[in-house]
Amino acid sequence: MFVINCPYCGEREQSEFKAGGEAHIVRPKQPTELSDDEWAEYLFMRKNIKGIQFERWNHIHGCRKWFNMIRDTSNDEIKAVYKMGDEPPKI
Amino acid sequence: MKNKYSIFSLIKNAFSYHENWEKAWKDPVPKKEYEIVIIGGGGHGLATAYYLAKKHNIKNIAVVEKGWIGGGNTGRNTTIIRSNYLWDASAGLYDHSLKIWESLSQELNYNVMFSQRGVMNLAHNLQDVRDLKRRTHANRLNGIDAVYLSTEEVKKFCPIINTSPDIRYPVLGGTLQKRAGTARHDAVAWGYARGADEMGVDIIQNCEVKGIKRNGNIIEGLETTKGFIKTKKIGVAAAGHSSVIANMAGLKLPLESKPLQALVSEPIKPIIDTVIMSNAVHAYVSQSDKGELVIGAGTDDYISYTQKGSHDIIEGTLNAILELYPIFSRMRMLRQWGGIVDICPDASPIISKTSINGLYFNCGWGTGGFKATPGSGDLFAHTIANDEPHKLNAAFNLNRFVSGDLVDEHGAAAVAH
Repeated sequence: MFVINCPYCGEREQSEFKAGGEAHIVRPKQPTELSDDEWAEYLFMRKNIKGIQFERWNHIHGCRKWFNMIRDTSNDEIKAVYKMGDEPPKI
Repeated sequence: MKNKYSIFSLIKNAFSYHENWEKAWKDPVPKKEYEIVIIGGGGHGLATAYYLAKKHNIKNIAVVEKGWIGGGNTGRNTTIIRSNYLWDASAGLYDHSLKIWESLSQELNYNVMFSQRGVMNLAHNLQDVRDLKRRTHANRLNGIDAVYLSTEEVKKFCPIINTSPDIRYPVLGGTLQKRAGTARHDAVAWGYARGADEMGVDIIQNCEVKGIKRNGNIIEGLETTKGFIKTKKIGVAAAGHSSVIANMAGLKLPLESKPLQALVSEPIKPIIDTVIMSNAVHAYVSQSDKGELVIGAGTDDYISYTQKGSHDIIEGTLNAILELYPIFSRMRMLRQWGGIVDICPDASPIISKTSINGLYFNCGWGTGGFKATPGSGDLFAHTIANDEPHKLNAAFNLNRFVSGDLVDEHGAAAVAH
């Protein structure tokens, strides 16, 4: 349980948010040209890092906007929060 | 040969105030080289080593465990055992396991306290009723005992359930698998450890894996906190930390690791003699032999390795428990904990070879791995020893995420998460 600083609404409890998994997975521009292996890689394979992870969150019980977060999954400490489309901050 | 546990050994040791029991397993220093190394000294890893030694006659095996054996998810689950899964592949896998459970105490000469007290799954809406009926039919076609119960029959089987039609999620019916039940989780790890140790397996505790060495596509060994161990075959049964090990070998797995919580109450007199699960309101409960209510909650939706979990998850579960069992309203909870579960996109496990020769993974059990411990160990041992899967775990390969031939048990098979 932790507090998340939504870039649009400010600090709110984590229970107001929905985690959206690993961030910066780019949707293939030409899905029809992908091999099955590449499609599996895009759809299913995840780094699932223990440590610093880049991930997406949605403030579903608030502004309903998506944003990115850098979080240490070994202790749930949030390192940074930034808007969709922004460059990830250096940490 | 170890001394057999029996009433006679109990009496004999009573004369020396139980101070001279032989150690159930040794505490060896790792050898330089093993034929097979199993990463993870939980139930699955120890069972794998046990069956490798027993059925495949491979004795030069080590199990490396970063903490103590059975200290991870084996000691953190709610001990529910059942096999009422929807799809044929899952039914085969979990019922194989359930059949081993039925004679496991005798086989290991170790009381795993397997208790076939039944598992009942509740339906709370029309879709639940349809799904549960469908699953009951599917189970019976696969030779798995399953019956569908009406609301009255649910009430008769477990009288403390509130079956009033006025509650938020009324009980419309349920399913019952009578061969299902619970077991003592620690005893499973200890029993397999003792059995494996007796056949010459080295169980090395406090030995964390730091790296996997490979030459191109071939496994050469692993770096650990107790030095380098040479081996050509590594079987990984690291549960929530499977991705961490996979990353060391340069692999990615289709897993997300999340905290799953459970809690126990103060001990009370026997009040609930079965296991009751509910998907829709997300609560399940049984009573331990000590008298504590053992309550399972849900997973958090974010990746975390903290073995904690959010309070709102617990709150939601306890809300549901109180509505279904108003009699528990003044119970006090003693302990709460989390375990890190590795969840596959289709909520089915992976017991598989990988693209690296000599590297095998047994992972993705998500929220329901305990029940599968004996079967999982047996089939993983077969896969490692023969370098190809047994027919019962052939469907649970890594390649299904490429081929699309998933075993989609999410929501289908009384998986509560």
